[in-house]
Amino acid sequence: MLNRMLKLLLAMTLAAFAIPASAALNILACEPEWGALARELGGDKVSVYDATNAFQDPHHIQAKPSLLARARNADMVVCTGSQLEIGWLPILLQQAGNPKIQLGRPGYFEASRYVRMLEVPSSVDRSQGDVHPGGNPHIQANPHNIALAADALAKRLAEADPANSAYYQGRHKAFAERWKAAMQNWEREAAPLKGVAIVVHHKAFVYLEDWLGLREVASLELKPGVEPTGAHLAEVLAQLRRQPAKMVVRAAYNDARPSEWLAARGKLPAVVLPFTVGGSERAKDLFGLFDDTVQKLLSAVR
Amino acid sequence: MFRKKTIVSGVLLALGLPCAAQAAPDADLAQIREEIRQMRQTYEARIASLEARLKQAEEKAVLSAETKVLSHPSDAQGSALSTQHSALASNAFNPGISLILSGLYSNLSKDPADYRITGFHLPGDVLGDIRPQRGFSLAESELGIYANVDPSFYGGINFAIHPDNTVSTEEAFIQTTTLPHGLTLKAGRFFSGIGYLNEQHAHTWDFADAPLAYQAFLGGQFNNDGVQMRWLAPTDTFLELGAEAGRGANYPGTGRDKNGAGASALYAHLGGDVGASHSWRAGLSLLSTSPQDRQWDDVDAANTAVTNSFTGNSKLWIADMVWKWAPNGNAYYTNFKLQGEYLRRVEDGNLVYAATTPGAYSATQSGWYMQGIYQFAPYWRAGARTERLDSGSVDYGVNNASLMRTDYAPTRNALMVDYNPSEFSRIRLQVAQDKSRQGESDNQLLLQYQMSLGAHGAHKF
Repeated sequence: MLNRMLKLLLAMTLAAFAIPASAALNILACEPEWGALARELGGDKVSVYDATNAFQDPHHIQAKPSLLARARNADMVVCTGSQLEIGWLPILLQQAGNPKIQLGRPGYFEASRYVRMLEVPSSVDRSQGDVHPGGNPHIQANPHNIALAADALAKRLAEADPANSAYYQGRHKAFAERWKAAMQNWEREAAPLKGVAIVVHHKAFVYLEDWLGLREVASLELKPGVEPTGAHLAEVLAQLRRQPAKMVVRAAYNDARPSEWLAARGKLPAVVLPFTVGGSERAKDLFGLFDDTVQKLLSAVR
Repeated sequence: MFRKKTIVSGVLLALGLPCAAQAAPDADLAQIREEIRQMRQTYEARIASLEARLKQAEEKAVLSAETKVLSHPSDAQGSALSTQHSALASNAFNPGISLILSGLYSNLSKDPADYRITGFHLPGDVLGDIRPQRGFSLAESELGIYANVDPSFYGGINFAIHPDNTVSTEEAFIQTTTLPHGLTLKAGRFFSGIGYLNEQHAHTWDFADAPLAYQAFLGGQFNNDGVQMRWLAPTDTFLELGAEAGRGANYPGTGRDKNGAGASALYAHLGGDVGASHSWRAGLSLLSTSPQDRQWDDVDAANTAVTNSFTGNSKLWIADMVWKWAPNGNAYYTNFKLQGEYLRRVEDGNLVYAATTPGAYSATQSGWYMQGIYQFAPYWRAGARTERLDSGSVDYGVNNASLMRTDYAPTRNALMVDYNPSEFSRIRLQVAQDKSRQGESDNQLLLQYQMSLGAHGAHKF
């Protein structure tokens, strides 16, 4: 009877769910920025699924059944690394029964390996909050890091799918040129931001600050990953009276209340940055992400 | 190393380029130039980052050497040596170690000494495991050591330290990571994949204790020594099939001296997302065991204490489902989780009454729980659980006159609120009204802490 039941279940499943097309390279992107990059480089030779969206805190994702199913069929996972995905990616790798995406295979890609990491702690202890031994993982906020990741990802795509390597190289070359021109544009536009003092919600913008020369004077989280407390907000407010800042910045997924509270009392604008692709109306792709980021920062200092 | 590479590639380019340039048309030349430019850029970036890291390391070394010199002048050389050693140290491959610390304070209105679940025949050791304790106690603390063995295997062990100072091995298994076609093979001791809660470690449960149905039918949680094969279907909707064969020494099975398997399990899990905010999983499982001489203490119709035993077949069906909601999938600020399981056990075989009178035995019993957990603010969650068992139909055959049957339905209702200052710590308050025992209503208040140290364990769904 059990046999019959299992057979029936299997038949029903096969009938109900289309087996995904195998023509394209299946890519599971841990964060939307890497999904967008894979689409730029892979064109119609890849089929990309974003594991998370811009409104989710990338530190707190669960190994959902839907993600397990996607990991099972993936030819490649494209992630940030530096332990950003430590709460869920290991489960996917262990339970997917998919040798292609295991650590050390061409199908396992960590962007953070190809960029210069900032805030690499000399010692780690959980009393310091949510610190990452490999350095601050929010590398996508600097477009130069996107360029470095693109170089490495283009090579990796060619390795995982040698038949289309010329195609990936071609797309990479075109992307790199457009990206370089766009970066020059952003850097020219963002010149007035150099040296501007900002307050951040979470320490998620160090790479952006490094790129544009912004000066982070305070963080609403007393320790990384620890929700802002009233007492600490009051301290930041007092600090702002002595050492003013131009804006308080948060990511699309952060709670609005702490930065709105500070903005109202400290008389400075609260800026919501898209943080990743999909985080705002304009951040439809990687170009839109930085267009919007630079514009939002500029409008706060004007 | 990078410098060497750059020099080598520079030399190669210097030698190779002139000949290539003669033959290559302008377009190729431009491409080669572009490639060289890109290579130079990448190398420059990498060298710059290496230099920065070197500088950092030097500064740090100088700094630490200075402090060392200040405190213990003679140690300076020794510390430099030990730094060198640590780079080559053998502990680089140490596995991830995680320690769960848990403690409990219980206030129970009824004496737990006569704890039982009316209508359900639990062996003495099982009853001992699930019996609540009064006052302060060390709740189950755990030590887990896990790592990849090599490119093909993952493995680990998990010890549980019980309140009575005994230690048991909850899990000790190896598992494949590189079998193709969605297959995973596990061997050793592991929590069976049946149901929803069973496979999860107790410290990830949302209440301090296992549901009544798990206590009555699985002795709290079922682990097995054996092998497990799982298959994940190549579909975008999550479908997983699993099969296990094992020793089946734990309740509802018993230890047996026999070749072959004493327990087998089959299960199917189905799951997916509905939009960005909802995700779910549902499952159906069957656990088959064949207990031999499974003994329990009972009171017969003449109110005499007796020991009975059962030999036969036990089949446990479990239907489970969990549904999670988080706005836009961002569970950090607020989320809701609804979870329920229905367990139904059919046993038939022989029962020996008072160690003397054998007779036929068949019983069909069931139970369910339903619980909801709401995180209403970061760090804070509240939840409610309601559960009920059905003693069902029990036929003692020739012993029907000697043994009592009951139509009592044990119930328990619980409320909990917990505070999680980080994902590594939790403090929980749980109140419950436990009517497991006919005629007694036990009002329980539990205060519990659970902390996790060391390796960051990833969380199952």
